[in-house]
Amino acid sequence: MSLLTHLINGISLGSIYAIIALGYTMVYGIAKMLNFAHGDVIMVGGYMCFCATTYLGWPPIAGVLLAVVVCTALGVVIERLAYKPLRMAPALAVLITAIGVSYFLQNAALLIWGSSTKSFSSVVTGDPIQLFGGQLTITRVTIVTIVACVVIMVALTLFTGKTKMGTAMRAVSEDKGAAQLMGINVNTTISLTFAIGSGLAAIAGVLLCSAYPTLLPTTGSMPGIKAFTAAVFGGIGSIPGALLGGILLGVIEIFAKAYISTQLSDAIVFAVLIIVLLVKPDGLLGKRVSEKV
Amino acid sequence: MKKSLSMLLAGMMLVGTLAGCGGNTASTDNAGSEDGSTASGAAFKIGGTSPLTGDAAIYGNAVKRGAEIAAEEINAKGGVQIELKFEDDENNTEKAVNAYNTLKDWGMQLSLGSVTSKPCEAISTDLNADRIFALTPSASSVATTEGKDNVFQMCFADPNQGTASAEYIADQKLGTKIAIIWKNDDVYSTGIHDKFVAEAEVKGLEIVSDTTFTDASATDFSVQLNDAKDKGADLVFLPMYYTPASLILTQANAMGYAPKFFGVDGMDGILTVENFDKSLAEGVMLLTPFNADATDDKTVAFVTKYKELYGEVPNQFAADAYDCVYAYAQALEAAEVTPDMSAEELCTAMIEQFTSMTFNGLTGENMTWDTTGAVSKSPKGMVIENGAYVGM
Repeated sequence: MSLLTHLINGISLGSIYAIIALGYTMVYGIAKMLNFAHGDVIMVGGYMCFCATTYLGWPPIAGVLLAVVVCTALGVVIERLAYKPLRMAPALAVLITAIGVSYFLQNAALLIWGSSTKSFSSVVTGDPIQLFGGQLTITRVTIVTIVACVVIMVALTLFTGKTKMGTAMRAVSEDKGAAQLMGINVNTTISLTFAIGSGLAAIAGVLLCSAYPTLLPTTGSMPGIKAFTAAVFGGIGSIPGALLGGILLGVIEIFAKAYISTQLSDAIVFAVLIIVLLVKPDGLLGKRVSEKV
Repeated sequence: MKKSLSMLLAGMMLVGTLAGCGGNTASTDNAGSEDGSTASGAAFKIGGTSPLTGDAAIYGNAVKRGAEIAAEEINAKGGVQIELKFEDDENNTEKAVNAYNTLKDWGMQLSLGSVTSKPCEAISTDLNADRIFALTPSASSVATTEGKDNVFQMCFADPNQGTASAEYIADQKLGTKIAIIWKNDDVYSTGIHDKFVAEAEVKGLEIVSDTTFTDASATDFSVQLNDAKDKGADLVFLPMYYTPASLILTQANAMGYAPKFFGVDGMDGILTVENFDKSLAEGVMLLTPFNADATDDKTVAFVTKYKELYGEVPNQFAADAYDCVYAYAQALEAAEVTPDMSAEELCTAMIEQFTSMTFNGLTGENMTWDTTGAVSKSPKGMVIENGAYVGM
């Protein structure tokens, strides 16, 4: 029974990693850049929802919507101001800019909301569900998180596979120059990618804070790094890869803690990552792209 | 640079003497070698680094406020005069060292160290090398004072908290099967855990679950709590700060696990977390040397004044800081030193005073210090009832 409890906790934690990882993977797949500020957009999403529900007394669903709207706008603005001027710059310059944006967001949050811990009221209320005569308890946040994660993954897959905009995204991801020659507006496509990625970050932020209810300006950084690891694990650029990577990372982390050692859990998680990358350098579901000379 | 600075200082001393602001006993040579730590005013300059912003700001601000109240009272009496200055260290070691250097430039003669352990360990090495005496209100790790003859503590050292907690739990028969969740990348938590385990064995407490977390895994506690629950722990010991503790309380509640929770001084502050559901902390016990509900005159006066100024009940950190400033006042008076003495001279005098004096404060009666800098006083058990601390 405890195995099942740990599995459910692992999938729940992993689903949050997966939603964050989807944002990393989308942006990397299309704009070919690592947006290290993604974790901090999550934090902004958390604060937005907190302010709406606690200070303004809005219902939780309105709080979530506000978080999504603000984060989507924030993502587009960040892209326009910080990344677009660097479109032709070397990858390293963009990477450093992303780290700069990350610190900027953290410190801006510190100024606006202060440094003390805030306790987030979960947007999902209701008693936990008891199974097998109370031996197995599943909180409602866990269920909502897992469902949200699957729904988002399916929706994104359909969007990139079936719609015109999604086709444009895939084209930009394969070859920016050729896509432009085909009449695709590369800048709009990349902006849209950031908008979707940041909107997902807001949902991830709300779910993260609902499951683990403390809110600090640094709330997003550690889950952000773990989710980035998950994206690489599953194959960065691949949408199902992000889901698989995220969930596996969560489950391995919880199992390592439960059955091996709480002290070694992170070491084990990253050892597994190294082994996977040694065997499959592109991640579990990554595509191998051969360089044409 | 150094030479010009000493010339400048020597010049200032000379001007001071000529202008007749007499009583200068420090020689110009001494002033030169002190690199700016020589005083010029009539008050003792006491400085401290403190997390005024950042995740430990609750402690930092409490310390600053407690110390300021004490300084104001002491200055009003007209005897020893004190000038206080706090610099923000954000609970970060690099920033603490920078803040310490800023204070040195200001002319700090006596130090309140840092509020939290890691920053205090960083600056205590400098304090020792610069021969500036320090009395930290709340940095409780052993490494803060170890090997430094001039760094003293007002709070219990970590090991003492661990030992005292185990003793308290055993003596009051609060639990028999104990689970511990501790933070193994933190010196504070590790220190308390190790001593607790050692003392628990002596006292015959059974530790059924012993699990850890780190900064990187301080979100999900389901495994640790399930382990404690499965092994039938009736008391969970939480040697950590209040931020992870609040998560543990929430998650334990969500999974329907309700053991007794027992914390240490880092738990102090949990009730001030914004929007925290205080009912979750109901019945949480903690060991702290200060009880804001105590009815003695000193505590009542301090609590009333603090509430008046800042609108909240002072926590243990504020009381520790208040005691620090009073202990300084007592020691300075007894040593018959003057504010124009150099930091090094004061340091020697303070070491002598603190190792021999007895101090009565808010956080304990008959406090004494040994040569390692650790304090000896007796802790009080507190329990959270109806959203407030009540003495047990």
